[in-house]
Amino acid sequence: MLATLRCMVMRDLTLAMRHRSDVLTTVFFFIIVVSLFPLGVGPEAALLKEMAAGVVWVAALLASMLSLTRLFADDYNDGTLEQLLLVPQSLSLIVLGKVLAHWIISGLPLVVMSPLLGLQFGLEGDELMMLMVTLLLGTPVLSLLGAIGAALTLGLRGGGVLVSLLVLPLYIPVLIFGAGAVTASAAGMGADGHLSLMGAILLLALVLAPWASAAALRISVE
Amino acid sequence: MFNLFKYSSPATFYPLAGRLAVGFGIASAILLVIGLYMSFFVAPTDYKQGEGYRIMFIHVPAAWMSMLIYVVMACWAAAGMIWHTRLSSMMASSLAPTGAMFTFIALWTGALWGKPMWGAWWVWDARLTSELILLFLYVGFMALESAIDDPRRAARASGLLALVGVINVPIIYYSVQWWNTLHQGSSIKVVDGGVETSMSEIMVWTLLVMTFACWFYTIAVALCRVRSIILERESGASWVKALLQERK
Amino acid sequence: MMSEWLAMGGHGLYIWGSYAVAALFMIVEVILVVRRRRSLMQRLGRMIRMKDSEVSG
Repeated sequence: MLATLRCMVMRDLTLAMRHRSDVLTTVFFFIIVVSLFPLGVGPEAALLKEMAAGVVWVAALLASMLSLTRLFADDYNDGTLEQLLLVPQSLSLIVLGKVLAHWIISGLPLVVMSPLLGLQFGLEGDELMMLMVTLLLGTPVLSLLGAIGAALTLGLRGGGVLVSLLVLPLYIPVLIFGAGAVTASAAGMGADGHLSLMGAILLLALVLAPWASAAALRISVE
Repeated sequence: MFNLFKYSSPATFYPLAGRLAVGFGIASAILLVIGLYMSFFVAPTDYKQGEGYRIMFIHVPAAWMSMLIYVVMACWAAAGMIWHTRLSSMMASSLAPTGAMFTFIALWTGALWGKPMWGAWWVWDARLTSELILLFLYVGFMALESAIDDPRRAARASGLLALVGVINVPIIYYSVQWWNTLHQGSSIKVVDGGVETSMSEIMVWTLLVMTFACWFYTIAVALCRVRSIILERESGASWVKALLQERK
Repeated sequence: MMSEWLAMGGHGLYIWGSYAVAALFMIVEVILVVRRRRSLMQRLGRMIRMKDSEVSG
């Protein structure tokens, strides 16, 4: 079972590395969106520190949304998706592999960049740590749920906008717990409640989302 | 034994839906008149809020209906996917607009009720916020369905979305509840609780009558809309031709 | 008496505002559904007449 997973992930990563610019666009989009907020809201440190977690999290949501449409679109256009549907291995495993690759390309860079951007907002050591941990737990869920939206809107005109309309409401719990964890730990209330809930959502998504995206793929590709 | 699947074919369901729609329509009209009369003339003035609380008689039923319709929509969608009956997914897509309308009414009346009571049009209260998110789910459902041209794929894709959505509704509700209690800055507690506990007998009856009125209204409108959807999707079928010949 | 009843203890604007919008939306929805049905029947009727004339023509 792991072989199929590994093979799918490696395949998608090599494909992504061929046109490396896509990886960078997601990260630069994330950086630009986060840096826009101080320009809009004003430079005073107290305010920025207050809203840092929320801004970084919303930017992470939008950044992972950006690259969702491409998750299945390239394979759909050149026909490999139909082949993947006929493969004996379970389709949800293949989808999990693709989502893992998508997370490595678009989720992990956000996690790595987030401390840098946290500094921009004046966050200190342990808050940056908490921001990274919450993003580490949260971004996979964004890719998993996003895969369902991407599979549903495969090959539709205006698919990009539609995916965000379908999937953003489902991201809200992750956003609430993610940003809430950072503010709670900053306020000294401890964030283990938030983190355990995010872990629960991650496990739930890991089990259910691939199956739902597989069903959605079967509907879209028929 | 009543053959469940006898009415699952559009041809036999179509006339039945017509009769039911008329029946439920009349019932809802009557109940609505009674309900409105009760909520304005029979229900006493609330000791705390005076007359303002009367908005409750449209706000609470609309909020209940918005959630109930979403769950019913998800059940029809699930039935459509399990038994591959086209009619069930048609029922799901006929319910969505009415559900979205009730969600908007719930938000609108909630805001108008909040203004005199809390002094603000919009309060990030847990229930109002989850109602807003529910509206996004409805809009997503309808947007997806209209974006796909092939009706079969549209029905199944939006059905799956409704199922994914209905699993998320409780998660969203509790995360918003958690978020609301965490940021106790907005410490405005919904007085609903207060009103409900001290609700006199007559208020509860008025609320029930209005809820049933909205319920029958939804059934009537949904059945009428599903008849149009059936005609649109089955326009090629012979029974549609026969039906139209006979009407001419 | 009427105007005092309409004032609803000062909350008249909010009460009538919410009931009016609710009523408006419900009535508009019914009108839309009925109009959709009527135009559909006409369109299907025309399509069938067109097919008949082709067959017989």
